[in-house]
Parts: sequence; structure tokens; C-alpha cells
Amino acid sequence: MLVSLYGGCRSGGGGAGTREPKRHYGLGSSATAADIATRDVDVAPDGEGLPPGHGTPNEGQGIYARQCASCHGTRGEGKPPLYPQLVGRDSIAEGFRFGKDPRLSKTIGNYWPYATTVFDYVRRAMPLDAPGSLTSDEVYAVTAYLLSANRIIPAEATLDSATLAAVTMPYVDRFVNDDRHGGREVR
Amino acid sequence: MQQHSAPASDPTKAPGAPTTPVGSRSPAVTPARGPTGSASGSSFTPLQDFEGTITPSDLHFEVHHAGVPTIDPAKHTLLVHGLVDRPLLFSLGDLKRFPQVTRTCFIECAGNGVLAWHNGPFGKPDPGLTPQQVAGMTSNSEWTGVPLKIVLDEAGVSRRAKWFLAEGGDACLMARSIPLEKAYDDALIAWAQNGEAIRPEQGFPMRLLLPGWEGSASVKWLRRIELGTRPWMTRWETATYTDPLANGTARQFSFEMDARSIITTPAHPETIAPGWRRISGLAWSGRGRIARVEVSTDSGLTWSNARLEEPVRSKAHTRFTHMWKWEGGETVIYSRAADETGYVQPTRAELIRVRGAGTQYHFNPVYGWRVLPNGRVFFYGAT
Ligand code: HEC
Repeated sequence: MLVSLYGGCRSGGGGAGTREPKRHYGLGSSATAADIATRDVDVAPDGEGLPPGHGTPNEGQGIYARQCASCHGTRGEGKPPLYPQLVGRDSIAEGFRFGKDPRLSKTIGNYWPYATTVFDYVRRAMPLDAPGSLTSDEVYAVTAYLLSANRIIPAEATLDSATLAAVTMPYVDRFVNDDRHGGREVR
Repeated sequence: MQQHSAPASDPTKAPGAPTTPVGSRSPAVTPARGPTGSASGSSFTPLQDFEGTITPSDLHFEVHHAGVPTIDPAKHTLLVHGLVDRPLLFSLGDLKRFPQVTRTCFIECAGNGVLAWHNGPFGKPDPGLTPQQVAGMTSNSEWTGVPLKIVLDEAGVSRRAKWFLAEGGDACLMARSIPLEKAYDDALIAWAQNGEAIRPEQGFPMRLLLPGWEGSASVKWLRRIELGTRPWMTRWETATYTDPLANGTARQFSFEMDARSIITTPAHPETIAPGWRRISGLAWSGRGRIARVEVSTDSGLTWSNARLEEPVRSKAHTRFTHMWKWEGGETVIYSRAADETGYVQPTRAELIRVRGAGTQYHFNPVYGWRVLPNGRVFFYGAT
């Protein structure tokens, strides 16, 4: 039988009922270290991917005022609904009450579980009108400013790859894996 | 000889228009997405204007975080690296040489339905909403591409890899961490949508496609896949697309879309006449096939099974219809979907009871349309 040549007949998404055998096609070209380095911008909570460099809240405040405040407000208060609030530890939202009240505004300080995400996201995406334009030192500095304004790190702190990876965000323990599994129970 | 200059109103009395390179809709038919004009925002698909199950490609809903990039397909490559034996770069041409799969499935934004929940006074959904506004962040297409596992095997995935990062080539380098099991289940790298190249708004020249999962995870304009041991905790899986619950936690990596349905006609802003008419709508589940759709035409007192139009596909929009004789009285009509896992679409009150009033994404309640004695139809969201 023809089908047996293909190592069995399991119904895949293709609809024909046959599967291609697992084989090496030799397609694609080798990626060089340089190919990878130019694209590999991600940063993980353990600090992997953080570049050399450093910055302080004080340095970051100036960058923020010049390049971020026009959209996110002078003190990071945001301009809803278009421009998210970045700074805020007011007592109403504090305590992770978001599940009870949809009107509460999430900020870096009262919601974000990982400090490295601030660096990762700003380096990828901000400022909105010139993404990728900040140097590593500038991203460290503006991250330091946002963490300090949110009362996560002291104003005199210096962020680099080691000190940023060491920051623990206040609500990291509140994040849990999805527990919906289908079936009769609504979750 | 009599001159044949027939009035334009009688198309049988003069030759019609010649052939054209690209067809267009009749001027009498003007479906449109909306709202439009935002680079980091969403635009909903006009569900009420569709028949069958396929969403016309140019009307597929849109959500972008930094606009639609203009990408030269000849220069675009996909980098696969990290915990692999051979880091590889694939051009679009390379990917098209692999075995391919064509399947129909929906893509739905995790935020679909949020407008019906939060719009208007808190807890009082706006009766002026249309199907487009209530549930227009879902679209259904026939997608063609290469199974992701074939591409990953080409690079040789390390046993230590448990997650991969998928990154787009847009202006925010949108990135999501995905459990590796999904790659070896049904994930595709898609380059075609409804028989032609993917539209720029949907990820031209290639996108990740994770059937049944929240749309933001199906990263568009795919330019990089990195294999790793743990999630990267990007902004789009921490600050956004997480689900706060009343117990003071927030669900993360809530990928699967629970079953949902919506009646697309009759619906606001239609006005209906007494007598027989067809109720028609769409149902879908991210966990498999739709098992049944129940319809109530008496404000929820009694329910009957709607007819499901074949084929009923896994993780795809399914069209349901139900014939109804409206006698002219005030009523609310509802639809309620159940999928093959036994999940039954809950009411709004039930979702809020189990999750809390702050629930936002993955909000998939039964919704209704209130029919007034004068035939006018309004959204009814307080289920
Ligand atoms: C031109 C307006 C604009 C400027 C300038 C700008 N941003 Fe943003 N920012 C936005 C918008 C819009 C979003 C939301 C993007 C989305 O919806 O995905 C955003 C999102 C963010 C977020 C994520 C917020 C959240 O809650 O998810 C951070 C952090 C941020 N910006 C930081 C910065 C920093 C730092 C700068 C300056 C270096 C900056 N932004 C400059 C418009 C701007």
C-alpha cells in the first residue's frame, strides 16, 4: 500500500490523510552571528539579552521630558485612552484590585510583573514616532526613571544589566497560569 | 434605423461594462471596517454584512500596535535561532518550497466583546451597538502555509527548548512567547489568505498562525523565531493580554479562545416585519468544533437547537440558522454556543461572578437582541 511508505496514515490538517515523512529538506540559509545580533533584541527576566551600558533616574528624567512626556504626560500620568499611564502607585489601585474594578488604571508600578519588560519594550517600540532610536544607555536611563517614579528603585540607583535583572516588581507573585481547560466549568 | 441608447435603468437594453483586471463590489454594497485611522488600535469587521463563514480578506478585522509596516517581500527573511542546532534564515521563496497545509480557522482578538461590556454607563451595555461593534474582532479565513514544526525541525530544536519567541517586523517588534507544544500541534507559518498573498494588515509577507488562540499570539509580519527554555515576558504577555481576577491574581498566557456565538441578523439597526424570517449567526470555539448552537426567541424561556451549516470545522466560524415566525410582540432573541469539550457559552453575569467585574479580555457571554413591537432591534447585553 502506498500509505505504508509514508509511515502510517494519520489525519493532519491537510485533509488528504497522509503526512509527509520527517526529513531534512536542506532549505533556508545559515544565519551568521551578525545576522542574529542585528535582530536579537529581546531581554528576559533573568537578564539574558541585556546589553552593556547603564543609566540613572536623573539622566532618564531629561530623556523622558524631551522624548516621552508629549504623549505620556509630564509625570507619566498618561492621556487616556490613546496614551497609557506609565507612573502611578495611588492607594485606590494599589493592592492589585484590577479584577474587581475595570476602571482602575494599570501602571508599571502597580501591575507590571518584570522590570526587564520595561527595557525590552522601550527598546523595541518607544518613542512611538522613532522606535529603535535610543542608545542602550538611554534605555537604561529612561527605564531607571520610570522605575524610580513608580517607587520601585531609589532615585540614586544606577541600572545596568546586573542591577536591572535584580529588581523585583511588587506584584510579580500575582501572575498565574491560565486555568481554563474547556469542559462544563466556566472559569 | 432606431438608435439603441437604452436608459441606464434597464441593463438588458445596452451592453454592460467590459472586463477589468481586478473586480470590485457592486456600488450598492458598501461593507466597511470601523473605526479606522488609528495605528495602534483596532478596527472591527462588519459581521452583519457576511454570509457563510469566510471573511472577505479586505474586511478582516485589524489590531495593530504600531501600524501596518510596508515590507519588501524580496528582502524579508525569517530568522530561526536560539536553542537550535543550525540557526537559519528563510526567504518567502524558501518557505514556499516546504510541504504546505491549507486550513480554515478564525483569528479572534482576546479583547473581542470588550466594547459591549465597557461601553456606555458601567454595567449597562449600549443598546445602539451593532454585531460589528459587539463581536467584530473575529474573522475567518482559509490560510495556507508551512507547518511550523517542519521549519523548526529543519533548524534542529534542542531538547532543552520549551518555548519560542515569535517576533514581528513592525515598528514595535511585536513579540510573544509561545509554548513549544503549539508548534508541534497545529501552528503554521502562513503566507496566503483566501487563495492569495496575505494582506499587509494581516501580516504580509508571512505570519504565525496559531489556530484557536488569541489573535495577538499569531504574530504578523513574522521576522524571527527564537527557541528558549522559558517565556520572555514581553509587554504583550504581562502589561497587556493578561486577565486580572477578583481573587487578586491575573491569568497569564490565556491563549485559547472559549466558545462564542452571535446572531448577525436580525440585529441592530435592522427593523423587522412580522412573519417568518431566518435568524442567522456565527459560532466558534478555540478548543475544537462547535457541538450545537441553541437559539431562544422568547427572552430565554425556551431554547431550541439551531441548524449548523456544513462543514462544521474545528476552530473555525460555523454558520447557524433558525427559522422564526415573529408575531409582532416584544421579545429578546439569544444564541448560545456549546463546543465539543462540553463548554457552554456563559451569561455575562456568570462570567462576572467567576472572574470579577474587572474582567476584560476573553469576555464571551451570550448576548441578545431586543425586538420592539414596532420591529426595531436593539442590542441586549445584560445577560
Ligand atoms: C507619539 C506618542 C508617544 C511617544 C512620544 C512615546 N510613547 Fe510610549 N506609548 C505610546 C502609545 C500609543 C502606546 C500604546 C501602544 C500600544 O497600544 O501598543 C505607548 C506605550 C508605552 C508603554 C507601555 C504602556 C503599557 O501600559 O503597556 C511604555 C512603557 C511606553 N510607551 C514608554 C515610552 C517611553 C519611555 C517613551 C519615550 C522614550 C515613550 N513611551 C514615548 C505613545 C508614545
